[in-house]
Amino acid sequence: MALYRAHVLVCKGTGCKSSGAAPVYDALKEEITRRGLDKEVMLVETGCHGMCEMGPIVVVYPEGSLYCRVTADDVAEIVEEHLYKGRLVQRLLYTTPEDKVKIPHYRDIPFYKKQFRIALRNCGYINPDNIEEYIARDGYVALAKALTAMDPEDVLAEVKTSGLRGRGGGGFPTGLKWEFCRRAKGDKKYVICNADEGDPGAFMDRSILEGDPHALIEGMMLGAYAIGADEGYIYCRAEYPLAIKRLGVAMAQCTEYGLLGDNIMGTDFSFHLHVKEGAGAFVCGEETALMASIEGERGMPRPRPPFPANKGLWGKPSNINNVETWANVPSIIREGGEWFASIGTEKSKGTKVFALTGKVNNTGLVEVPMGTTIREIVFDMGGGILNGRKFKAVQIGGPSGGCLTEEHLDLPVNYESLTAAGAIMGSGGLVVMDEDTCMVDVARFFLEFTQRESCGKCVPCREGTKQMLLTLEKITSGKGKMKDLETLEELALMVKEMSLCGLGQTAPNPVLTTLRYFRDEYEAHIKDKKCPAKACSALISFVIDAEKCRKCGICAKNCPVDCIAGDRNTPYVIDQERCIKCGTCLEVCPFQAVSKV
Amino acid sequence: MSPTKASTEERIRQIVAPWKGGHGGTIPVLQEVQKEFGYLPEDALMAVSKEMKIPPSELYGVATFYAQFHLNPRGRHIIRVCRGTACHVRGSLILLDKIKKVLQVEENGTTEDLRYTLEPVACVGACGLAPVMMVDEDTHGRLTPDKIMEVINSYE
Ligand SMILES: Cc1cc2nc3c(=O)[nH]c(=O)nc-3n(C[C@H](O)[C@H](O)[C@H](O)COP(=O)(O)O)c2cc1C
Ligand code: FES
Repeated sequence: MALYRAHVLVCKGTGCKSSGAAPVYDALKEEITRRGLDKEVMLVETGCHGMCEMGPIVVVYPEGSLYCRVTADDVAEIVEEHLYKGRLVQRLLYTTPEDKVKIPHYRDIPFYKKQFRIALRNCGYINPDNIEEYIARDGYVALAKALTAMDPEDVLAEVKTSGLRGRGGGGFPTGLKWEFCRRAKGDKKYVICNADEGDPGAFMDRSILEGDPHALIEGMMLGAYAIGADEGYIYCRAEYPLAIKRLGVAMAQCTEYGLLGDNIMGTDFSFHLHVKEGAGAFVCGEETALMASIEGERGMPRPRPPFPANKGLWGKPSNINNVETWANVPSIIREGGEWFASIGTEKSKGTKVFALTGKVNNTGLVEVPMGTTIREIVFDMGGGILNGRKFKAVQIGGPSGGCLTEEHLDLPVNYESLTAAGAIMGSGGLVVMDEDTCMVDVARFFLEFTQRESCGKCVPCREGTKQMLLTLEKITSGKGKMKDLETLEELALMVKEMSLCGLGQTAPNPVLTTLRYFRDEYEAHIKDKKCPAKACSALISFVIDAEKCRKCGICAKNCPVDCIAGDRNTPYVIDQERCIKCGTCLEVCPFQAVSKV
Repeated sequence: MSPTKASTEERIRQIVAPWKGGHGGTIPVLQEVQKEFGYLPEDALMAVSKEMKIPPSELYGVATFYAQFHLNPRGRHIIRVCRGTACHVRGSLILLDKIKKVLQVEENGTTEDLRYTLEPVACVGACGLAPVMMVDEDTHGRLTPDKIMEVINSYE
């Protein structure tokens, strides 16, 4: 194997790709070859590093220097300075938002410093399309250990000791779930990976699928071995074409290496794996709906029991886990359940990946030990609020979760603490909101989502969410009455109690938490007909200050509906009747003469 | 030029073949049909129904349940504006409204010249770059209302 003195890693995750990683990669390839360095420097395409905000990201080893927002024009300088002369390109290093300090090493960047990576351990380090790189990072060591030195019962016991709980939302103990399926009667059993990642605002599963597909495959094999299954399905949403492609490559390599198929590693264990493409329905993330979808039906949930462990896919005992759950398993078997259980809190073991997004400086994926506080995540790792604005809330757990406030910043994050505060861990979506975010609008937004995605099978969810949405729309358009708040609460509790599946049972959470923590904002919309955050378009308008207007006409030229009039002698005026409140004028005015009131 | 009935039926036979007799084929077959025709034309669905021995009503049920399937022809370019949470708090509704006004289309509608179809979607998984829009296979992030039409216009 050839030895290289330096490795240049280019992130080709979805985030960096859309920021222009492909031209950077091509330019690097060309420049490295042109300068005759291609025998000494190896160029690698990797999965996501997590810090999508700063993409395209290029990391140079052995130093471990991370360059941010790299463009093709920067490439010559990186090659000349760093690879030739061994000097860092200062201007491309990560700079802290507050005190503008440049940080030369990847690991010293606050975003990474507090992270503890198990599920994401290979993401951004290895080329996901190359099984050798996974193997070099101890890949398939756990499988070999299990198949040659452990009984299925030992594997099961190890996972139970680890205390691993489901990362897909419910937090159900994984070992126990496996045990149900292992003990279930039946000669044919299935393991399934839930890669539907329906929570809008979460993308950790995507990152694992695209950045380290073998971790997931190895995890599923270990599960299959422990449970006694010989066939598996990965249900992946169609919106993730790159993930589906990488899974295909990884599975083909496994087959070639004898890691998938019959008599794996020369043992009696056989395992066959398939990928199923989802077709775009949030409710298909629910386990019984997901199985119906694999069977080719409409993805509607059915009442449980019977649980999938007894009667799952095609009526056979089946075990379903989330991508991140599966990806934790190889490390648990390799390092031992005790090791995993030593991380985290009493009842929530190990780590959790959060998708940190919204009004925060460093958006991206962070993996932290359970028990880390929201403050550490948002302020230390996330670098605080965008544009120096004031923190208002975080929404945790997606459409089934809830909004937490400043008073929860020091809450250690674990399954129990979040549920007690009215939110849920969910998939780990963590959306930061600032003073410009309207909480009533956020509640309306989530209801609109769950209402649209309700499968319609049970009445409380189908009709209840609709009525709740209509009430919220009334309030955000300034037509609400105080009585509506009572109606909302009543409806919310009814839908929560009576719905068939988790979608309806959790859909009211965003409404209930915002009513609990931000009631004053609801009241402002109703009593004063004002949106304090100036976000609800029916309650705001854009105006041009005649004094400040320099009559340049840029606003009128950019207005998509031509509703701004004026000329070189008269200040411009917005026709409020026709204005669609898109805010373009405010953005383009060079003299800050436009304001939102 | 629209395909003849006979050629449609022939093509459907090829698509259905690997799934005949097995189970779980409905969705992959519909996905394949849509890849072929761009949407799910009625005569193609009827042919699938005949080949797979599944009543048309059941196919219709599946096709209308999933957001991915379309029963009408679509534009040359598909604009998918992300309406996920991360994009919402960074202003994606404003982008969507602006595109609707400028292109004169409704959500899930197609422009008269068949150039664009506009679809709101729930998260494309690039939340770190919110607000995000996909045009065909390309993801565009960190958008603002004044930049957005420029991006869209670059797709003929
Ligand atoms: C409406 C609804 C949507 C869901 N969406 C997802 C999803 O996108 N991904 C996921 O892993 N679990 C999802 N779940 C949870 C699954 O039903 C199931 O609990 C999970 O896949 C089990 O895996 P785990 O034990 O590893 O968490 C959803 C549940 C409900 C009720
Ligand atoms: S919320 Fe828009 S890409 Fe995820």
